Formats: sequence, structure tokens, C-alpha cells
Amino acid sequence: MKILRYLLQKEFIQIIRNKSMWPIIFVMPIVQMLILVNAATLELKKSDVLVVDQDMSDASRQLVNKLEGNPFFKVIQVNDADFDADDQLLKGKANVVLDIPQNFERDLRRDNKVSLQLRVDAINSMSAELTWSYMNSLIRDYNNNLRASWMGVSKFDPPQQIVVSPRYWYNPTLIYAFYMAPGVMVILVTVVGMFLSAVNLVREKEIGTMEQLNVTPIKKYQFIAAKMIPFLVIALVVLSFGLLIAKLVFNLPFHGNLLVLYGFTTVFLLGVMGLGLFISVVSDTQQQVFFLSYFFLLIFILMSGLFTPVESMPKWAQLLDHLNPLYYMMKVIRNVVLKGSGFFDLKYEFLSMLGYGVVMFSLAVMRYRKTA
Amino acid sequence: MEKENTVIRVRDLVKKFGHFVADDHLSFDVYKGEIFGFLGANGAGKTTAIRMLCGLLEPTSGELTVAGLDGFKQREAIKRRIGYMSQKFSLYEDLTVHENIRLFAGIYGIPTRIRREKTEELLEKLELTSARKKLVRDLPLGWKQKLAFSLAIIHDPSIVFLDEPSGGVDPVTRRRFWDLIYEAAHEGITVFVTTHYMDEAEYCDRVAIMSAGKIVALDTPEALKKEWDATSMDGVFLKLARSNE
Repeated sequence: MKILRYLLQKEFIQIIRNKSMWPIIFVMPIVQMLILVNAATLELKKSDVLVVDQDMSDASRQLVNKLEGNPFFKVIQVNDADFDADDQLLKGKANVVLDIPQNFERDLRRDNKVSLQLRVDAINSMSAELTWSYMNSLIRDYNNNLRASWMGVSKFDPPQQIVVSPRYWYNPTLIYAFYMAPGVMVILVTVVGMFLSAVNLVREKEIGTMEQLNVTPIKKYQFIAAKMIPFLVIALVVLSFGLLIAKLVFNLPFHGNLLVLYGFTTVFLLGVMGLGLFISVVSDTQQQVFFLSYFFLLIFILMSGLFTPVESMPKWAQLLDHLNPLYYMMKVIRNVVLKGSGFFDLKYEFLSMLGYGVVMFSLAVMRYRKTA
Repeated sequence: MEKENTVIRVRDLVKKFGHFVADDHLSFDVYKGEIFGFLGANGAGKTTAIRMLCGLLEPTSGELTVAGLDGFKQREAIKRRIGYMSQKFSLYEDLTVHENIRLFAGIYGIPTRIRREKTEELLEKLELTSARKKLVRDLPLGWKQKLAFSLAIIHDPSIVFLDEPSGGVDPVTRRRFWDLIYEAAHEGITVFVTTHYMDEAEYCDRVAIMSAGKIVALDTPEALKKEWDATSMDGVFLKLARSNE
């Protein structure tokens, strides 16, 4: 145990002395939190609408007014004929083209039925669908109002409607940042835990100090533990820093118990650091570590549920995701922060992450040969 | 030299990497307190051999005893009894002189009080007392080597292995470095050194010359020079090389 103390002392001195470490610890969280949380949003805001109003009637103007008053849409132009709508879509000046046909109002009054056409830039299928559904509900709303005003609200026979009034639990105001911020923190912690520790270990191989340690009576687990513990501490510092930023900048509520979160994060880190160290144990150069960690990180992050819900992935992908430590942690951090979940609510995740950690740590220790 | 003073015993030691035979049936003994040189051109198999002796590589076959311990089964136990310094001497450049000493003394389990004494002694001997807080990175190469050697024997091992320890320095610095080696040998530490500098070979008590994975000659430098009718080890080496072609 004493040996471990000397090794830890060495690691900490080296890390503190390493000037490139500080920006990673303090600048990376700020940048990622501020940029990613704000930028990586699936919310639809201000879709640019080009209206081709070939009717120019009261009814069509009311529709345009309604569009203008909607926060999701921005009417950039109203043309009375379709002369360059396609072009505008192509150039990306407009995201949506709404075609109001000639005789829109007349047909609506006479036939009680009329079609509008929506042309949506669907390069991003997600936002195209959102645009469509927002537009749809806007037009339905418009439709109801129009009927009411034309027919005169029939006092005795109000239009039959089922109204669903949602109540959003755990994030009542649907602030997207509350969903993203905890997720970004997981990414931060993962990068520090997996990547920095892996690079640190393989560097010792590159400069040759590893060989020197290999001819000493150091035990394998002591060496691996000495590589893990400092980065565990740093990762928890980064997490705290991230939480602070989330609180100060996004006013992220924290409903859970901090200790529960730190406990889970520690168990989670055991797994990702174990993987990182395993990668560096089987690699000879920093380059190899970069490529291998990049490979795992990319898959882990994209499949973690940070951006897209795991539930909407195909079944096989969901099953595969049980091998992804980030999948558990993403769930854990969101539930602890937003729902106030406790240890027992997340025991399945706890056990899974613990198992992951034990396996990875053992693999790293086993695969680490004290031979050159 | 007496038989019971054998500290390294090697018999028919073989190391293969795939089909490539790096070391082909090496057999030799190294006796306590001697400076044993391992000579050969690059790629002759010196480094592979020294790595097997210190437990960094597992031999393919043969017999190997180091400090009375089995080189196959007791590799970790051997590591307590030996010191090692490699060609890329492995101090931590981003730690200070003192921090390096503390680390390696700590790794070998030297008690704190003894460590403090040893540290002062060592700093004084190496004339590094005023540089104790300097980063190793900022030391001249010759000093780094001396420090690396001193740390390799800080736990009083019975054998110290030096793998081309004095590469890249001028002969004068090399000579000073060898003063430290003599001192260690004088204190009873057996020194096993690989080199391709022939002037270093002259400093050894006995040398083994390797070529293409085999030991082609083994004797004292004087005897070898006589046998090959050469005035220096350089001459011995050249004649040997020619006769092996």
C-alpha cells in the first residue's frame, strides 16, 4: 500500500505540473457546457417560411398573420405568385413554402374544403417533421377560429372537441437545456476518465519509464490503481465544475442527492477508466490510443441517448446499448438531477455499471504485462 | 572465481520471436562482484538477453537462475534483487531530482528515515545537492545518467543490469560514469552491462561477445586480446567479425 502512495504522489505532481492539463480541466467544461447545451438542441425555433399567397383574400391574410404571430415560424416573404419559391428552398433561404391557392377563401366558403400545400426542406428529417406537425396544428387552430367567426359561435352547440392538456413532469417548462446539461456532463467526465488516463499511461510507454517501473517490484494492480485514482479525482472535479456552470448559467434544478450522483459517477468511471487503461495497455503509441478511444467514444456518445432517445432505436441497438456504460450513466444523471431518484430507484443501473467496472479493471490488470 | 559465487547462471537460453531466433542457446555464468560485459553489434541479441535476465521478457527455453531465483517462475521475486538502467534511462523528466529519488526509494520500500539519509548521501556524492529541486529535464545528459545509475542501485541490489547505459555521451563523461560503476562493483554489486563501445569493453572484468544471437567469445579482455593478437578490444571485435563471416 505504501508503494501506491508514492506512485500517487508522483502522478499528482506530474499532473499538476503539466500545463496542458489545466485547460482540459477548467476550459473544456465551460466551453462544452456553454456551446453544446445551447447549440445541440432539437427544438424547432424560427423556421423561415415563404408564403405564396395566390389568393390575397381576408382568409389567407389571417392565416399569414397567424403564422407571423407564432414563435416557431418567421415569415420571410409573402409573394402573390410562385416565381422563385423552389429556388429559395434550394438556396436555403426558406425552410418551408406554404402555398395558398387561388380562390382559397371562395372554395373554403363554398365547398367547405380546400387544400394547402406545404413544401418542406427535409434535409434534416427531424426538423422537417416538426415543422409539419407545428404547421398542422397551427392550421387546425386557424381552421377552428375561422369556423367560429364565420358561423358565429353557436351558443348552444359549441364545436365538439377533445382537448388534451399536457402537464410536463420533471421538466415542467420543457427547457431543453435541462435535458442536455446533465448529458453533456457525462461526456465531460467520460473524456477525462477514459481518454486522459489512457494517454497518460501510454506516454510512460513511449518515454520508456514504463520499462523502468516494470523491473521494479510494483504490483500490477498498484500501477493501474495509481493511474486511475488521479483521473477519478479530476473527473469528479470536472463534474462539480459542470454542475456549478449548469446551476449558474442554466439554472438547472437539482432534485437528487449529490452523494448519490458522485457515488454513481465513481462507479461509472471505474468502467470507462478501466476501458481506457485497457486500451492503453494494448497500445504502444499515443496514436493508437487516440484512434481506439475515438472509436469507442463516438459509438458510446451517439448511442448514449444524449441526443436521440434510446427507446427510439431499433431493438437490436437497444440490446447492444447494454454494453455501453454511457447509456446507464445518461439515464442515471438525468433521473438523479431532474427526478431526484435515489440509489434504490437505479439499482439495476448501479449493478450494471459496477459489473462493467469490475470487468474492465480486471481486464486492464490482467492484460498489463510487466514485460516489455 | 568460485562456483558458489555464481549470481547469474544461464544454460541453453533461447528466445524466439515467431521464427526469428533472437538468442540462440546462450550459456554463461556471472560471478559475484564482477563487471560482466555483453558486447555485440546492434541486433546481435544483447538487449533481448538482458531483458530476459531482468524478468522483462519470458525466455522460450533453457535454464536461467538470477540471484538464486528461477528466471521462469520467480520473475517478480527477481525484480526485488536487481537494478536496471536502460538505454533511454528512465527517470521522470518532469519530476525534480529529489522527487525521483523519493519515488524510486519508495517503490523499493526503503523506510523513510533511511531514505532521507541515502538521499543526502547520494546528492552529495553526485554533487547534485544544489540541484535537488531542479527538474531532471534541465540536467545535462551526463548527470542524468549518473543519477539514473544511482537510482538503479538505491535498494542495494545484488545485481545491476545496464543496457547500453552511456549512449550519446563523450568518452570523458563515460569515464566518469564508469567510476560509479567501479564503486558499485567494489561494494559487491555485480554489474552486467551491454555495450557497443569498445573502450567500455576494456573496463569489464570479463566480456562475452555476441554475434547473430550467439556468444562467439567469452573471456577477460586481456585473454581475448592475446588470443586474437590484437592491441585493443576494437581489434578483437573486428577480427572476430571477419572470422564469423
